[in-house]
Amino acid sequence: MTDRVDHRVREDRSPLDPAVLAGAESFARSWATAVIGSSYVPMTRAEVAQHLQDLTELLVEALFASPFRTAPGYEIGSRLVDAHFTGTDTLGRTVQLLGDDLLGELGFPGDERLHSRLAALQGALAAGYARALRERTLAEQEAIRAAVLDARDQAEAALRASEARFRAMFTEAAIGIGIAAIDGRILDVNQALQDMLGFSVEEMRQYNVRDLMHPEDAGSVWRLYDQLIAGECDHYRAEKRFHRADGEQVWTHLTLSLVRDDHGEPQYQVAMIEDVTDRHLLQNRLRYQALHDPLTGLPNRALFLERLGRVFNNRAKHVRAGLCYLDLDGFKVINDSLGHDIGDQLLVEVGRRLDHSVSGEGKLVARMGGDEFVILVEGSSGEQDIVDVAGRVLTELEVPIRIAGHELSVSASIGIVERQLSGTTSADMMRDADITLYWAKADGKARWALYDPERNAREVARFTLSATMPRALERGEFYVEYQPLVRLEDSTVTGVEALVRWQHPEFGRLAPDRFIELAEETGLIVPLGRWVLRRACEEARRWLEEFGDAAPFVSVNLAVRQSRDPELVRDVKQILDECALPPHHLQLELTESAIMGTADEPLEALRALCDMGVRIAIDDFGTGYSNLAYLKHLPVHELKIAGSFMEGLRAENEEDPVDSQIVATLVQLAHALSLGVTAEGVETPAQAARLLRLGCDTGQGWFFARPGPPENIDSLLRGDL
Amino acid sequence: MERPNWAPGDIDLERPSVARVYDYWLGGAHNFAADRAVAQKTLETMPEIRDVVLNHRAFLRRAVRHLLGQGVRQFLDLGSGIPTVGNVHEIAQAADPEARIVYVDLDPVAVAHSRSILDSNGHVSVLQADVRDWAGVLASPEVDKQLDFDEPVAVLMIALLHFMSDDEDPWGMIGGYRDRLAPGSFLALSHAGYEANEETDSSREARKIYNRDVTRTTFRNKAELSRLFDGFALVEPGVVRVPAWHPESPADIGESGKRFPGFAALGRKEQR
Repeated sequence: MTDRVDHRVREDRSPLDPAVLAGAESFARSWATAVIGSSYVPMTRAEVAQHLQDLTELLVEALFASPFRTAPGYEIGSRLVDAHFTGTDTLGRTVQLLGDDLLGELGFPGDERLHSRLAALQGALAAGYARALRERTLAEQEAIRAAVLDARDQAEAALRASEARFRAMFTEAAIGIGIAAIDGRILDVNQALQDMLGFSVEEMRQYNVRDLMHPEDAGSVWRLYDQLIAGECDHYRAEKRFHRADGEQVWTHLTLSLVRDDHGEPQYQVAMIEDVTDRHLLQNRLRYQALHDPLTGLPNRALFLERLGRVFNNRAKHVRAGLCYLDLDGFKVINDSLGHDIGDQLLVEVGRRLDHSVSGEGKLVARMGGDEFVILVEGSSGEQDIVDVAGRVLTELEVPIRIAGHELSVSASIGIVERQLSGTTSADMMRDADITLYWAKADGKARWALYDPERNAREVARFTLSATMPRALERGEFYVEYQPLVRLEDSTVTGVEALVRWQHPEFGRLAPDRFIELAEETGLIVPLGRWVLRRACEEARRWLEEFGDAAPFVSVNLAVRQSRDPELVRDVKQILDECALPPHHLQLELTESAIMGTADEPLEALRALCDMGVRIAIDDFGTGYSNLAYLKHLPVHELKIAGSFMEGLRAENEEDPVDSQIVATLVQLAHALSLGVTAEGVETPAQAARLLRLGCDTGQGWFFARPGPPENIDSLLRGDL
Repeated sequence: MERPNWAPGDIDLERPSVARVYDYWLGGAHNFAADRAVAQKTLETMPEIRDVVLNHRAFLRRAVRHLLGQGVRQFLDLGSGIPTVGNVHEIAQAADPEARIVYVDLDPVAVAHSRSILDSNGHVSVLQADVRDWAGVLASPEVDKQLDFDEPVAVLMIALLHFMSDDEDPWGMIGGYRDRLAPGSFLALSHAGYEANEETDSSREARKIYNRDVTRTTFRNKAELSRLFDGFALVEPGVVRVPAWHPESPADIGESGKRFPGFAALGRKEQR
């Protein structure tokens, strides 16, 4: 650097000879050709040539300068490097070209002095080049090393920043985080996890992950753990309980993840653990509330049904099971008279007693609602098991219950079902228990009843009948048959009894004993009776038209409920009017109990009918408990003696003197009251003969004719038979 | 690409770096023993490699000067490497001190060095990024600070795409940058490659060394290079051997130019 020549030196020099200048230009071109491509210089070819032209001129001036100095040679070497002629071939080619061509191009090929000067300048150029290149190289090496340091600093700063971020995330996270080695050694846990489990980091580091096993863990938790450790899965989630340091438990939601190394081998496991204890307890409480009766604390209907369903699902375990369906007798009265508060307390005590008397494995007492409770016995050995339970319960309830100064005696009715579970369903079992409870109530309460499939079948049939009866009436499935009432004296048909039949599409022809009682229960007896009455009156009218004075009256049964129907008189009158049937052609048959056991109103109705001219008969006389004194005042025309008294008169050769005497007495009684007498159930000639002898007026029964279609009566009247 | 952007890359001086090997071939000393060893080994197998890199570097100079002549004043230099001599900002700012340049490279050392040199130059930014992440590059603060995409921008991919295999979808990447450019913007591209049967044994050998010791390369021929200019109109003379693209003198092409192992081209984004 010290020898570097100031450019102003050139101004002091004498101008060069033009021929020398031309030589210098020619040399510069050769120089450019020689070095282009030996180094990268950011110049065009022309720019390179111009650059080298400048350097050549500098060199030529130095060659001829006085005093001679080598410093310009040094400068030229330095300037080549500055222009990035850094390829070492550039120097070699330059030095060689200077030696070979320069003096010749300048026109001084053999000048010894110039030759010597040129050699000195070549040396200086090489020295300057070497020094500049060395400096440049050192500077670049220093620069690139500084860049490496910078880059590393930045990388480390970024690493520190990211580490700090991760550390902060780990430390400050509200979720518990733990890191463990693949062999399960716990390496680090964050504050949240320490707080959650109550152990410090140091304590946790003493543990292996497997030490955190909880007896209640689902099997899948540790199965998945083994898979994760083996690298077969990368993460899994599970619900898991942990023991806290203080012995309490923590319910958590755990996410375990596998961290692999660069080669994909398992390296660490990271657990994220969220404390869900509060949520878990709340869920438990909500579930408990949802499944228990708040009043008695007993399981509620939902829990009971769930348990029952489970019993059926696990039926292999328990081949049999039993149910007691319990309902307090008369609870409504207590509730209504003493108030709901007392009623509630009573239910609490009943619940307590039930629970107390039925506790044990496989038994469940639940409150189904209101005053209904149910007891489930899983794995019962037979009906007796459940009967015993029901018996214990009833005994337990016998002791009066004291509430707020009241001494309450309660009883309960219990329906029992006990059966093998295969082939049945929980719904069947519940329904049957409910039905059986109803039986226990119907049979008199304060008792248990055992489910009876036959009784159920009967009731189902009854129910089916009663349910289909209204449609049957509309569809004309009912019809009326007639049985003659025959005057014993001369065998004249004086009347016919109308008997209703039901041609059931499923059960076939049904006699009245199958459905009249049902019709009474449902109230359908009223429209059905009205229909029968109309049919019978229409028929009577036809006979009247056809046979005149010889036409029989029709005798129609009046059920108890009909006799109490306030519309009865009006209905009868209307039908008689519509059929234009004289009232004395109609006889209404009532049972003793229908007439005797009633209040005044039906009696008034009978009187009205009687006044109208309708005949009244007492059916099945002698089987009830008739008030004979009362009988005298009743508006009655006829007594029909029950068929049961005819048994003793049946045989041809001998007769039962008691039956005979009874019939005789009844006939005398009737005649004493000016009533006619009809004997029912006359089946043999002997009976007919004896009845005639005893003074009985009229007979009815198979001996004369079975009930039949009205045409049969026509034939009888015509004397065809 | 797999590493989050805030995680530092490795700085391992035992591993040769593309940028420093290139610098060595250009006659620079911004390199270390490992870089020099592989660069020297390649040179011994294929001495003309120096001429090859000089020509790519010269194409950069010619292309930037050409672009300046077209009025372009914004440059996005992808894979910029170690700044030696004749960098884009030197050429561009010599013509117009207001010219703006963003250098992008993945090599943290090259980026650190560039930053140390360019710290005081307010119109130049250096971004450390993977150029394949075009969305990340275009969304970077550095690009946002320097470049106005309403005006023409020249995207430079000098000696870059032979480091990208077809699997890495160079077309998709170019498309990503292209779609951000205003009409009248440019793509300048130089790329290693041969036409069929041109590659010599020595060059194949040199390439094998480089692939093994530095990074894998994918050579592309003229037709393949043309396909990279989808959405651009090629500026005359189209895709040519690197020395033959707007030579400064006929002598620049020389004999070697006819079989030069690489192609170059400039494309102009058309009005949509």
